[in-house]
Amino acid sequence: MTELTLIQGVNQALREAMKADPDVVLLGEDIGVNGGVFRATEGLLKEFGEDRVMDTPLNESGIVGTAVGMALYGLKPVAEIQFLDFIYPAFDQIVSELAKLRYRSGGQFPCHVVLRAPYGGGIKGGLYHSQSTEQLFASIPGLKVVVPSTPADAKGLLLSSIFDEDPVLFLEPKRIYRSLPGEVPDGDHRVPLGTARVAREGSDVSVFAYGAMVPVAQQACQGLDAQGIHAELIDLRSLVPLDEAALLRSVEKTGRAVIVHEAPRFCGYGAEIAALLAEKALYSLKAPVVRVTGYDTPFPYALEHLYLPSVDRVSRAIERTVRAA
Amino acid sequence: MARPSGPPRESPLSVQAVPVTSGRAPEGLTAADRKRMLRVMLLSRALDERGMTLQRQGRIGFYVPVEGQEGAQVGCAVALDPKDWLCPGYRETAVALSRGIPLRQLLSQLYGDRADLCQGRQMPNHFAFREFRFVSASSPIGTQIPHAVGLALAARLKGEKVVSVAFFGDGATSSNDFHSGMNFAGVYRAPVIFFCQNNQWAISLPRSKQTRSETLAQKAEAYGFSGLQVDGNDVEAVYAAVKEARARAIAGGGPTLIEAVTYRMGPHTTSDDPRRYRSAEELALWKSRDPVERLKETLVREHALTEEEFDQFLEAARAEVAAAIQEVEPLPPPDPGTLFDDVFARRTPQLEEQRAAFLAELPGSGGRKE
Ligand SMILES: Cc1ncc(C[n+]2csc(CCOP(=O)(O)OP(=O)(O)O)c2C)c(N)n1
Ligand SMILES: [Mg+2]
Repeated sequence: MTELTLIQGVNQALREAMKADPDVVLLGEDIGVNGGVFRATEGLLKEFGEDRVMDTPLNESGIVGTAVGMALYGLKPVAEIQFLDFIYPAFDQIVSELAKLRYRSGGQFPCHVVLRAPYGGGIKGGLYHSQSTEQLFASIPGLKVVVPSTPADAKGLLLSSIFDEDPVLFLEPKRIYRSLPGEVPDGDHRVPLGTARVAREGSDVSVFAYGAMVPVAQQACQGLDAQGIHAELIDLRSLVPLDEAALLRSVEKTGRAVIVHEAPRFCGYGAEIAALLAEKALYSLKAPVVRVTGYDTPFPYALEHLYLPSVDRVSRAIERTVRAA
Repeated sequence: MARPSGPPRESPLSVQAVPVTSGRAPEGLTAADRKRMLRVMLLSRALDERGMTLQRQGRIGFYVPVEGQEGAQVGCAVALDPKDWLCPGYRETAVALSRGIPLRQLLSQLYGDRADLCQGRQMPNHFAFREFRFVSASSPIGTQIPHAVGLALAARLKGEKVVSVAFFGDGATSSNDFHSGMNFAGVYRAPVIFFCQNNQWAISLPRSKQTRSETLAQKAEAYGFSGLQVDGNDVEAVYAAVKEARARAIAGGGPTLIEAVTYRMGPHTTSDDPRRYRSAEELALWKSRDPVERLKETLVREHALTEEEFDQFLEAARAEVAAAIQEVEPLPPPDPGTLFDDVFARRTPQLEEQRAAFLAELPGSGGRKE
């Protein structure tokens, strides 16, 4: 075990993967000499050379399209998209190619690429360095979507993603890249995809969160202990595939659900969870499902602190749910 | 400020000169080789004939003809090594035949039947044959271009002496991914060949309205590597150009853009009526440059082929296609349960659940749970 930040967990996972498998190659903007704008690839160019740590031209479609070609050959490319906000030039490659190659070829051309992208607000990044648009990607069949919230999970989930057989969009909560260090197992630490984590056990209400909203929800839950409200916090970790069983188990126990995400509410990932609970856990519910989310506006700059779900907003939502019935 | 001179050219024919053949057979291509190439071109044409009618008869859903572009496709494919990677579009049927992909497998894809390696998951002509390094084609224009670059870089990293080839049309040179792929290939000097079949049309849009560039080939210059125009209806000229580009790529000399100037003699697809946008005169002019006729005439002139032999080849091609259709047509569609396969390497719990419900609701299932 070593205490690391989340970004160091990412860096360790990349190094471990590259050491273990010569087919793992990295590509992206400024990832070589500069080690990435967030330093995720720090030191890797020196260790593995420019054939495996490729600084690319400024073209996301080229990055993803080239990675797709490498994966078709049999390599395991890990591409960095500098910010999730800049992934859209590659949307066609992701939706039309990456996510569909295995299916459309009858399994002849699996296409295993990992796309890493820092996402989310809280860094005063304004419209184009803050967005959470995981729902756009979670709705594409054939693409896995993974979001860690701790340094250990960042390492473990990234290693699992790199050695998975399917394409993975790996979203990194940049707001907590450095702010919340934690113990990380040394060596080849893997966390299986598709499994949620019980971040905190409780009996009165289930709180579902992922990424940078997990520590926010955690604080809210802790604060409510004093009032005798014992909230269970589930860190989804994997949006696709979703660990439905873990969610249902929790709601069957607590009978109440609060969903937290920073993305806008309308058609957000929380809507999928709410629908799931309505379909499969309605008779366990004692109160309406509540969502605490970003607003249905573009991401603001000056008012970012009011836009993002806060500890206070999450606490109030939990209280409301518990008091509802 | 200099203003652009005049409107875009209206007719691709009036201005665009078609380069002429050098007149000599490229080295390493014997009369026997060229006869084999002719036979593949005829097989493609025979498949086109039947493909168009099968669609009209409602026996297949759609068809994309190659007619007119067989010289470019076969000339290119034959110049490659069987281990070279191919990133095709939807019009590369003659490339597939040239690679030796069995006709039956192509037909199964057209029918989308149980023997289709793609499990009936794509529209006709969107082939995929892993065993032949013939990458899965998709419909969005241009997306395969950066894939070829990635494949070439991967092969180089693994020390394999092969090239990859991206196939695309004149219209695709306006796509985002043409730029992405060309630029990446130039930067990394990737061993890749960009093989553009300028068939003069992108559905109804003429080449002249696709770009103001004098040629498509010249676009390579901006990316720092060479581009050349070749008479795409001269199978030997295409062969020579691709051979040279391949040798350069293998030697570390980087990518080449080849603009094969050719013509789509048929409709864009079975859904298209080209009379709406092009003249009978234009078609007639290009029919006089038919690549099949040209190769035939060359071989006859060299006394390597007789008219009777040519007719026999054509009949043999038609018979081969007819026999393959007979064999494939009775095959049933894919098993319904396969709908949920290959989304991921393994079905997720959600897909398992949907599959079970789907199968239980199928007519004839008696509402049984799986
Ligand atoms: C991105 C995208 N836009 C539009 C289309 C519709 N479309 C299909 S083929 C085509 C023309 C392509 O022309 P070209 O690249 O010259 O290839 P050709 O069909 O002539 O072989 C168009 C517009 C598409 N498939 N993909
Ligand atoms: Mg065209």
